[in-house]
Amino acid sequence: MALALGTLAIVLVALLSVLALERLRRSSLRHSLAGLRARARRPAITDYDPGREMRAEQRARELLHSCVNEEEWSMYRELGFMRVQGTLGQERCAYLLYPHEPILAYLPDSGLIVGEYCVEFPDHTRPYGSSRLPDSDDVLAKWIALTADERGLIERANMHLPGRQIRVAKVRGDLARLASWERERAGSHPQRRRLVGSVPAL
Amino acid sequence: MRLLRVKPGHGEVVLAEGDVTVPDQYAELLQAFRRELDAGMWAAVPTATDAGRRQAELVRSFEEVPVDAERVIFFPRAAGGR
Repeated sequence: MALALGTLAIVLVALLSVLALERLRRSSLRHSLAGLRARARRPAITDYDPGREMRAEQRARELLHSCVNEEEWSMYRELGFMRVQGTLGQERCAYLLYPHEPILAYLPDSGLIVGEYCVEFPDHTRPYGSSRLPDSDDVLAKWIALTADERGLIERANMHLPGRQIRVAKVRGDLARLASWERERAGSHPQRRRLVGSVPAL
Repeated sequence: MRLLRVKPGHGEVVLAEGDVTVPDQYAELLQAFRRELDAGMWAAVPTATDAGRRQAELVRSFEEVPVDAERVIFFPRAAGGR
């Protein structure tokens, strides 16, 4: 009797193991198929060409340079971001524009970081499978939208607390670099020497 | 006047170029301008204030483009990002 029950138990365990393995195999196969299907649905970047992207970025930089003033251009070239002074409200914000990152708003007088304005300029025609503009064109689009219609851009963007996408430490570092860059620039431009004694943004 | 459009993988692309005082060229510029707006692009004219501040002006029709504007830049509409 005991032998029969033991044998039955072993057979049951073996059967259950086979069923469980089969189920697991099907589930992982289904998962892989779902992944493949999702990948197929995603628009493929058919012919990514680093050379073409570099040339596009070079053209974008030239266009940006031709639109912004010399200080803004030097700032972008040397620091990798551009500051635009806001015009809204009594306590006017300034904005740091980074390529393909949120617009960072801060108060120049206190250095207080106000928040991140997340905004994108997706080109849905996707000429090469991607809707992403070259870095400098993204900065140019932000610069145009901010200088032409600050309120409209701010209302359209999704606002988030500081630190959501750009680390607060990085922003503070960038503001310190900007202040130092401005001091150096004031020192190297004799006609701007009188600015040296002024209070820096940070 | 030149109509430029920024594009992924291209940078700027010249869509049309001409003199707005020449009727044929005006018509060509107008057609290209409307085509881009219909495609959902925003149009902007870079300008400078008397104080020397560089800025841009969004235009919603060809009539709003200053006659002496050298270029109009088209770029995709802003959308709230993540």
